[in-house]
Amino acid sequence: MQQTMTIHDREELIAPLYKFDRQFWMTLSFLVVITAPGLILYVRQLFLGLGVTDLNRPVFWGAYLVNFIFLIGISMAGTVISAALTLLKINWRRPITRIAESLTVFGLMTAGLQIIMDMGRPDRLANTLLYGRLQAPLMWDIASLTVYLMTAVFALYLQLIPDIALLRDTFPATAPEWRKKLYSILALGWAGTKEQWHRLEKAILVVSAFIIPIGISLHTVTSWLFSTTVQPGWKSTILGPYFVVGAIFSGIGLLFIATTFAREYNKHLKEYITEKFYVNLGWIFIIMSGVWFYFTLNETLVVTAEQETLEFPVMASKLFGLYASAFWGMNILMVAATWILVAPKFISDAPSRNPLLQTSTGVGASIVAVLIFFLLWLQPAALSAPLIQTLMLVALVVFLFLGLLGVTKWMKAHLIKSTVIASSFVLFGMWLERWNILMPTLTHARLMPYTSYHPTVTEIALTISTFGILTIMFVVFYKFFPSISVWEVEEGRAIEADSVR
Amino acid sequence: MTDWCMVIDLDKCIACQACSIACRFENNTPVVSPEEAKNGREIRWNDVFPLPVHFGPDEGEYPNVKTHFLTRPCMHCKNAPCVKVCPVQATFIDEEGLVRQNYDRCIGCRFCTVACPYGVRYFNWYEPQWEETLAEYRNPDQVRVNGSLEGPAVRPVGVVEKCTYCVHRLIKGRAQADAEGRDFRADEYVPACVQTCTGKARYFGDLDDPNSTVSQLSKSLRATHLLEDSGAHPKTFYLSEG
Repeated sequence: MQQTMTIHDREELIAPLYKFDRQFWMTLSFLVVITAPGLILYVRQLFLGLGVTDLNRPVFWGAYLVNFIFLIGISMAGTVISAALTLLKINWRRPITRIAESLTVFGLMTAGLQIIMDMGRPDRLANTLLYGRLQAPLMWDIASLTVYLMTAVFALYLQLIPDIALLRDTFPATAPEWRKKLYSILALGWAGTKEQWHRLEKAILVVSAFIIPIGISLHTVTSWLFSTTVQPGWKSTILGPYFVVGAIFSGIGLLFIATTFAREYNKHLKEYITEKFYVNLGWIFIIMSGVWFYFTLNETLVVTAEQETLEFPVMASKLFGLYASAFWGMNILMVAATWILVAPKFISDAPSRNPLLQTSTGVGASIVAVLIFFLLWLQPAALSAPLIQTLMLVALVVFLFLGLLGVTKWMKAHLIKSTVIASSFVLFGMWLERWNILMPTLTHARLMPYTSYHPTVTEIALTISTFGILTIMFVVFYKFFPSISVWEVEEGRAIEADSVR
Repeated sequence: MTDWCMVIDLDKCIACQACSIACRFENNTPVVSPEEAKNGREIRWNDVFPLPVHFGPDEGEYPNVKTHFLTRPCMHCKNAPCVKVCPVQATFIDEEGLVRQNYDRCIGCRFCTVACPYGVRYFNWYEPQWEETLAEYRNPDQVRVNGSLEGPAVRPVGVVEKCTYCVHRLIKGRAQADAEGRDFRADEYVPACVQTCTGKARYFGDLDDPNSTVSQLSKSLRATHLLEDSGAHPKTFYLSEG
């Protein structure tokens, strides 16, 4: 029984690797088209200098650094979560470990690119090795990033070895010869003996145990880049754990999106990555959102309540100043994401006649809420009385709530779609959070007039390129290696069969 | 050991900005176009600006307003936040207490510019340019310390620069004393801003020498520092107004 299933598995997971169909080339060319402009503009930046960005004094850091922290954050998900689940011997991890670990590697690589893009003299990168000062927070970050990247590559590769050997052994005659050569070199002579399996499992456990502190160190050290300075808004002891939590939070979001993308791309994966995975990881996602709100409340409330001369202007710009839309936008996105994840758990599966739970009610209420929002925004003179304003604000909240309530039933029925929506909200919200950490402090310098910062075409194009490169690496990598760890899934089945017996 | 230090008497300062101009020509800081300057790209090692910075002159109504000005060189902090964050030791405190910048080593990460609470550090967003005639009036002095460019030497694009208390004048003064076979005296060296100051508001000298003008003035009850709460222990003293 088990044997027939594995052959079936292998065909479904391995055959698509040799099929370069139209869908693949279309995806790849789309990604190259969106990536190319940024690369051209980067060459221009190299020749002209960083003047082509909107960076200025005192906003010396901008979109590149925001992207850097964001990418460092999303790279947390993969390896650390996969390692934690491996150490806890949780079985539903098996189909997603490969995707999770590869996301870490690609996220860290693109994060490294951001640092190089941001440097005034990328040609002097080697100076960090020649003259590196170990007392400088940036060196801690470089060291931590390098160690984490190497460990992540190692973890991904260890887990790939049996699958590469499988690819080598099942190599089709029609495929190009160089791929066979590649697989035989990478398989390191794996023969699947008992001794080899024993050593591999031991190595995976050791790497899993090491990668968790390394991952946490990277996110903490990245927060120290800011919290070790004397600038208002950054002088906070909470930034370390806040970054770690935010990293896991956004990382899980990306993991959900990448997994769903892979599932849609290769329909066979739907048999392996089931709804069970979305439910289980969804719980961790919900816990992370709770912790994230807790930290955000701590950061915001304390500074707002103490109203210190230097710190408060920075916070005020987030609460009701220049960065209010980014700050409240982030909070609304996070509340919506949490609602999408939590609310369906409170209603039953059975069809309901309750008018509040109909999708049409929800959509209608949402449209009304948007209309009220625009009325509040535009402030027509006829509606400027304080009482009417207050009533409109109350109505906005009520209709928003009705809107969210109405779509809950739909979300309950479409678990995967709603998880992906929540994940994109979280990813966008976390990008805004990184922006909200950097920009308000940089624009509110002490002995300089307050300024603002608006990314230029170069910075926007390079941001798009970065995410383009990340996706290209993801798409190409999974044309060479199966997106599901075949041996781990097989092992999981064997364990399950054993426990049933 | 010498410990170079500046004292600025704000009662004597008339905000004429002569210090800024002297600094510009002494240290070859490039001029930028008005649009770039509006975008925060200007380079002023010594800056003069009205106080308070953030909430306009609030004392009185026109024409009976009282406006304060501040002139600001580098503070040459003893516990310099910029030096602490530099990943490659491109900025460092030398044995005479000057915070210096090595243009040949700087990687342009701009961590120091972000870390400095006084905003005295500037970045070269473009290759520095001078209008035709202006380029002929550049200071020809070149400072090479252990082969690396410092001081007024023209900076390449992508590196950070800052006020050096005219370190090249110190090096030149030392060389001259050596050539003449005598000891170097602390009063042989002053930065360009001190030399040019219209109101004679700036004093410069050795803080370690108890008889020097700066040590006497630093003990004055009026002596204070800018942003003392930053913990950087700045060495440029201000004698407060009034």
